[in-house]
Amino acid sequence: MESVIDIRGLGLTFERDGRRTDVLQGLDLAIPRGAFIAIVGASGVGKSTLLRVLIGLAKASAGTVSLDTQSTERQPVALVFQDSRLLPWRRVIDNVAFGLEGRGLSRAERHAKALDALGVVGLAHLARRWPHQLSGGQRQRVALARALAVEPEVLLMDEPFSALDAISRESLQDELTRIWQATGKTILFVTHDIEEATYLADRVVVLAGAPGRTVADHAIETPRPRRRNDDADAAIVADIRRHLGSGHLGGGHLGGGHLGGGRPTPFARAA
Amino acid sequence: MALTETAALPAAPAARRAKLNVFSSVGLGAAGLLAFLLIWQAVPSLGLVNPMMLPGPLAIPAAFQSELASGMWFTAVTGSLSHYALGLVLGSLLGVALGVLTGMSRVAEDLTAWVVRVLRPIPGLAWAPFAIIWFGVTPSAAVFIITISVFWIVFFAAHGAVRAVDRDLLEVADAFGFRAAHEKLFKIYLPAALPGILVGLRTALGQAWMAVVAAEIFGVPGLGHRMIEASALLATDIVIVYMLTMAALYGLLDSLFLLGERWLLRWKA
Repeated sequence: MESVIDIRGLGLTFERDGRRTDVLQGLDLAIPRGAFIAIVGASGVGKSTLLRVLIGLAKASAGTVSLDTQSTERQPVALVFQDSRLLPWRRVIDNVAFGLEGRGLSRAERHAKALDALGVVGLAHLARRWPHQLSGGQRQRVALARALAVEPEVLLMDEPFSALDAISRESLQDELTRIWQATGKTILFVTHDIEEATYLADRVVVLAGAPGRTVADHAIETPRPRRRNDDADAAIVADIRRHLGSGHLGGGHLGGGHLGGGRPTPFARAA
Repeated sequence: MALTETAALPAAPAARRAKLNVFSSVGLGAAGLLAFLLIWQAVPSLGLVNPMMLPGPLAIPAAFQSELASGMWFTAVTGSLSHYALGLVLGSLLGVALGVLTGMSRVAEDLTAWVVRVLRPIPGLAWAPFAIIWFGVTPSAAVFIITISVFWIVFFAAHGAVRAVDRDLLEVADAFGFRAAHEKLFKIYLPAALPGILVGLRTALGQAWMAVVAAEIFGVPGLGHRMIEASALLATDIVIVYMLTMAALYGLLDSLFLLGERWLLRWKA
């Protein structure tokens, strides 16, 4: 199958206070069109950084990323952040239409597309609300709609459900599966939750080490619809655990949070 | 409202208490104002102070009437309002423009840091000599002084608000391909900084009145000038007419501003 994204020898080093830190090194990953790939790894292993490179928020210091894009749109990839990051001064519909601006579409055309995307996540009825009027799960659905609205070939998701309560998380996981099956989008889904990865993806790539590299790559062939914590995946889950050296960590969660203080923020300035 | 229904059903105690509170706070406010007016009137009426020095409130309507009749009030108010509006608009535009620029660009901030440090402590009024040398005793001189007073308030408010813009939201713009400065300016910086800029503008709304009076005391026609004229003739009742005029105008403008602000920031929780 052809790859929509081909990552070869990707390395990323950033400097802070004169100290060089290698975040990623020699990372190879070919992403076939239409695949649902989960990337798991401990906090700080560089999985978010990988997405940031792909969306252009961070610059790779080594290797190549080739994007075989068929569309001529300016936005072949779109990112859903861990926190929804909706713009509080825009109504839901205008948040979803955000990425469509500057493409020569009229306001009515943008709103029509945005409403379609909102329909996909089941929130068309909340189009006129302000973000502060939504629940956490609804906000994250809107963020997903905002990414879908630009009709990207690849949807990048950075631990998008990790800040949600368990009920919202499970319903969004099922929603995402349905959307993936309906749209055939390529999805690259970063998580630190092994069960989430095996439940959602048809391939799980494990990043580990410092600097982060690919240490395991499993195909999940369990047919859909799937059950959570399916015994069929037990061997794979165990192998991922072993690779992550997570014997001392309970459950599927490998430490909480994001990349913490080590998160590279190229756009941040000394406050 | 169904009045009969309200009458038939006893109001819930909490609602009744809330209603009582509203009435009592309005009532107390009115009582306080009445007491203030009574004391004010008593001071000259009881001969504690020469009425020439402090006319009582009862003397004010007549003075107001005569100022209205002579057309002085209207001329003074329109004169002052035009200085005020022009100075406010110029100072705000310059303040927002430079504040946003220095907030967005580190180079612009560093470049202006020392100039700001030198000029900032100079009060707007200290520019009066130059205002008069450059513009003469003209409305332009008043506008100039008001502009400077407004500029600094708005400049610092805008600068601070832009510096405080959430970096995460700027990343959203980047992630969706809006990387040019003007795209970030209109999509993120300005709307995100708007609440902070509005705080500065509201402060400037009050400060600009002070600058109006001060600038006009130098002779530019308007409220301030009319007050000085009246005080030279010991027409203290007229002075008070203009003091109250200013209070009323400021109150009106501030209320209008608050209405506009509430609409602009209706997205806030």
